[in-house]
Amino acid sequence: MISCNNISKHYEKISALKDVSFSANEGEIFGIIGPDGAGKTTLFRILTTLILPDAGSATVDGFDVVKDYKEIRKRVGYMPGRFSLYQDLTVEENLNFFATVFNTTIEENYQLIKDIYIQIEPFKTRKAGKLSGGMKQKLALSCALIHKPTVLFLDEPTTGVDAVSRKEFWEMLQKLKQQGITIIVSTPYMDEASLCDRIALIQNGSFLKIDTPDSIVRQFEKTLWTVKSDNMSKLLRDLRSIDGVESCFAFGDSHHTIVNETKISIEDIKALLEQKSHSKVEVSRTTPTVEDCFMELSRTAINGKE
Amino acid sequence: MQKEKVIIVEKLTKRFGQFVAVDNISFEVERGEIFGFLGANGAGKTTAMRMLCGLSIPTSGKGLVAGYDIHHQSELVKRNIGYMSQKFALYEDLTVAENIWVYGGIYGVPQKEIAKRTDELLQKLGFESERNALVKSLPLGWKQKLAFSVAIFHRPKIVFLDEPTGGVDPVTRRQFWEMIYDAADQGITAFVTTHYMDEAEYCNRVSIMVDGRIEALDSPQNLKKQFNAQDMDGVFQQLARNANSNGY
Repeated sequence: MISCNNISKHYEKISALKDVSFSANEGEIFGIIGPDGAGKTTLFRILTTLILPDAGSATVDGFDVVKDYKEIRKRVGYMPGRFSLYQDLTVEENLNFFATVFNTTIEENYQLIKDIYIQIEPFKTRKAGKLSGGMKQKLALSCALIHKPTVLFLDEPTTGVDAVSRKEFWEMLQKLKQQGITIIVSTPYMDEASLCDRIALIQNGSFLKIDTPDSIVRQFEKTLWTVKSDNMSKLLRDLRSIDGVESCFAFGDSHHTIVNETKISIEDIKALLEQKSHSKVEVSRTTPTVEDCFMELSRTAINGKE
Repeated sequence: MQKEKVIIVEKLTKRFGQFVAVDNISFEVERGEIFGFLGANGAGKTTAMRMLCGLSIPTSGKGLVAGYDIHHQSELVKRNIGYMSQKFALYEDLTVAENIWVYGGIYGVPQKEIAKRTDELLQKLGFESERNALVKSLPLGWKQKLAFSVAIFHRPKIVFLDEPTGGVDPVTRRQFWEMIYDAADQGITAFVTTHYMDEAEYCNRVSIMVDGRIEALDSPQNLKKQFNAQDMDGVFQQLARNANSNGY
């Protein structure tokens, strides 16, 4: 459905995308996961034909992003990161406008947006600028869907949205997927990775890895330990000062720690921590999250360059 | 020994017409505490925070922040707190040193003192060679660290952090929290909002707002016990799912 081959893009001296390649299958939720400034939005703008790549090629639904941009624009729905509907038009006027631009009507494709739009329909005479954040998000999604696109591009749809609403948004995406729409979605929240069929981890304009979330987690080569004690901030410093501790970061209520066990055993680490007056020391093995994988992959990517 | 209270809030309420944005909330925050202020979008967090920062006058109730009355001494409140948000942090077209100078000046730090503290700060952050670099040329992670340092440059008793880590990479996000811990060790209270539920675990205590009220307030450990949840996300989902304000 989407094929992206060796795409690069520069802005003056800054290299925003470096030789990026991936393909997304029809009906797939493909996540592009990485922090601000990683190149997510640049990639979206190239695939939605809003800017041109400096090098490389890409097709969307079989059409070339440079040559066939007019065809692509008919076929994709795009929800940019920043709210970009008309603030002084009402909810219904916005939706009507987007339907008209694409030569269709709200009625014709109502079935597709029904589940989402029904939640904001009671406010259809309200100006878009007066909606709450969550309602704006639902309206923007409705507008991106009203012409029945084959591919939906969602650029950080859940940024700044609370944990409950984020979950609801992902439930909506699963329903859209069932209707056969291919969804390319970017997010800085690593915990959303597991909700995608496949993900690309992106940092500094390059993909660190492309695979299913499960497979990325399985490929984590090291043993990951959770460490807890009664003084978590001191524990972080003390763990890092131990020779043989490769990395140590806070993860919720424990510290995720990678240990070079040829240098020091877990038992010795426990003993050392107790010497440093930690009590209630608990160490146990854990399964890495996508966030652990991202951190480890970006660490090795940076070290590899030096 | 009783610890100094840097925030005391009693029955604080804010109405906009018929709508009660903040509904009779009461709590206290201690010196050096890291206090997580959680809630769904639209639950009233921003309104409450604006009142605590002296930017919005309460409809009723009382609040003391850094020892000053948020209703009658709002200018003194503003001078004695620090504030940082993801959106408004630094002037992109000014250099690192100029940003520090502007903030130090606004908060009334004497010029000699600004110069001295700037040197110390840049050394501590390892930013000496970026002293005269424009802020817009810095990587995002550096900007966040600088923004936080600037927010506590005048050594306030309390710093308000409004979603300070949105969008930053996972390593920088954690380094940022290590800076919050450092500040707390120096006696600066951190009042933090976040949508990352793992970050709720890094707080000493967490309050969760639902429909303008504080529905839960305790240490993460106790909240998880109370709600029989594995993590703070579980606690949050239980409380916020029941919200009336479906308008997040």
